[in-house]
Amino acid sequence: MEKILVLTHADESGSALSKASLEAVTAGLELATRLNVPLTIGIVAVNSAIASATLAETGAQLLTVSGEAFAQARYASDAAAVEALCRAAEATIVLAPGTSRFTRVTAGVAHRLGGFIDTHITALGGTETVEASRWFYRQRIEAAISRTTRPWFLLLDAGTHAAFAGAAGAAQVEAIAVELPALRTTVSGFRAPAQDAQTIRPDAKMLFVAGAGWTKKQPDGQTHAAEAGKLILGFLGATGASLGSSKSLVDQGGEGEPVLPFLTHMNQIGQTGSTPRHAKGLSTCCHGEEPHVVGWRFIGSRRAISLDPNCGWTRGKADVVYVADAFQVMAKVNALLEAKG
Amino acid sequence: MANILHIVVCAGIVPDPLQTLEPVTGPLGPGLKNEMVLPAVLDPWAASALYEAAQLAAKNPGSKLWLVSLGPKAKLQQVMMTVAQKVAFELVPVDGPIGGFPDAHATAAVLAETIAAIPGLDQAKLLLFGGWESATRGAGVTLQLVGERLGITDQFQGVDQIDLREDGSFEVLERVEGGKHQLSVCTGAPAVLGWATGNLAEPRNNPQVGMANMRTIMPALAKAKVAKLEANGLSYVSVSLPKQQRETRVVKDLSPEQIAAELVEWIGAE
Repeated sequence: MEKILVLTHADESGSALSKASLEAVTAGLELATRLNVPLTIGIVAVNSAIASATLAETGAQLLTVSGEAFAQARYASDAAAVEALCRAAEATIVLAPGTSRFTRVTAGVAHRLGGFIDTHITALGGTETVEASRWFYRQRIEAAISRTTRPWFLLLDAGTHAAFAGAAGAAQVEAIAVELPALRTTVSGFRAPAQDAQTIRPDAKMLFVAGAGWTKKQPDGQTHAAEAGKLILGFLGATGASLGSSKSLVDQGGEGEPVLPFLTHMNQIGQTGSTPRHAKGLSTCCHGEEPHVVGWRFIGSRRAISLDPNCGWTRGKADVVYVADAFQVMAKVNALLEAKG
Repeated sequence: MANILHIVVCAGIVPDPLQTLEPVTGPLGPGLKNEMVLPAVLDPWAASALYEAAQLAAKNPGSKLWLVSLGPKAKLQQVMMTVAQKVAFELVPVDGPIGGFPDAHATAAVLAETIAAIPGLDQAKLLLFGGWESATRGAGVTLQLVGERLGITDQFQGVDQIDLREDGSFEVLERVEGGKHQLSVCTGAPAVLGWATGNLAEPRNNPQVGMANMRTIMPALAKAKVAKLEANGLSYVSVSLPKQQRETRVVKDLSPEQIAAELVEWIGAE
């Protein structure tokens, strides 16, 4: 019989569970119900009281690792915490959110326990066995996999399950002691663009994708990078959309071509970038496979503005393609959005 | 005073991103149609790691740089003809399967064993580099598993920058959620760094560097040991291309005002 452990961790507050952790809890509850097996939830937090109370309604066994050492997301301490939780739970299947914190350590812990890991899981299926779906070749090929070996660690992609929401209550918790190794790494903080300059917004409803066409010569023979930047930022400001970029546009900075100064490699989507999840996506001035196939694999409703009526990558990938000049269209869009307030 | 580093970059080879991929299932499990004839390149994020490693080695005289790569010998040779012209390194090839479907744990076991056996490698000076995810399996676990097998417990993933200090410690920027970087300070090697894009552009081809590299690459390829990867209980229930094909409406005859109005209505709709 399987025994399931869901690993969770606190968000930046140090006490409340991260949204991705709550999504993993939902996945764990669904799997445990389907297999009719017990569920254990492990919590890593500075102070686990709030997180434990949040999970009271799950009815799961709760194990916690707490303390100041776990305020920082670092390999040595997090791996020790996760290892201790896994050893205490003696689970055969371990589900965890694919956050940067757990992605950094879970494979190492799987190895310590003689187990195996698969990541970027988008769905859990199967009837009597457990099958996990994931993508290969950067979202180009989809596969369902299974393993006979245990423990089997599965890291779940964010946004694939609803976040668990239960009424807070009193929960019985078992605190797990952790023997920390010598810590050679200290986390000294975070670096982020100023709030008004932050263009990556994972929780936004819409992804706006800017392609290299924005900084190419326009019909008057000149480039208009400054105007392009103003239009894009105007749209992001009015809609709260997240900004993605094609690789070619980001790379232009290193090639001496006109650039959009607010773009970094972290905005990049596609083969060497991210594959974000948003309800809607609008691509502009993109003429390649990357943004349309790989970059917005998980975008719900998709529209594109392109000067090329024969762009093969938008056909079959976008719901609507407007054959038009993005400069003209986005100026009008921004004016309408501004008028709407 | 410069620090002497022993940098090992793990980098696989992947199909050129412009190629159309089609899965096929053979007697050994899933693979890609015509996999051996698809043009291949060095894995993009691992390539970033190689360029960052070369710059770090150049800044710290006496440092050494090895490139460990697992793949079919013939494909490795083909890719190295280009990669060898970028930066100076010593190739440690392992002749093994190609592609994203073999188990990551098996790959990590072979890589760890290979790295541990590199003559002259001082693991106390080791910085283990690679891409934080491959463009094939994309699991983001192989490098971490290699690090665990080598007993390295300072690991960083999604790295965009490393600044080495005079005392051997280093600052490292790792990508975390929400477009932010986590800044950490590590007291020094050994450490694992899984690179994202980094900050360096792809170096221009340098035929002289290429010729120097190829003098050692060809003998290394000739002597490459053969590796067989274990399945470790992994099985594929299905492997397929995504079937979803959208009915695209191509709008050619609307004015910018009309398009804008349609878009604003779409943006506001639930």
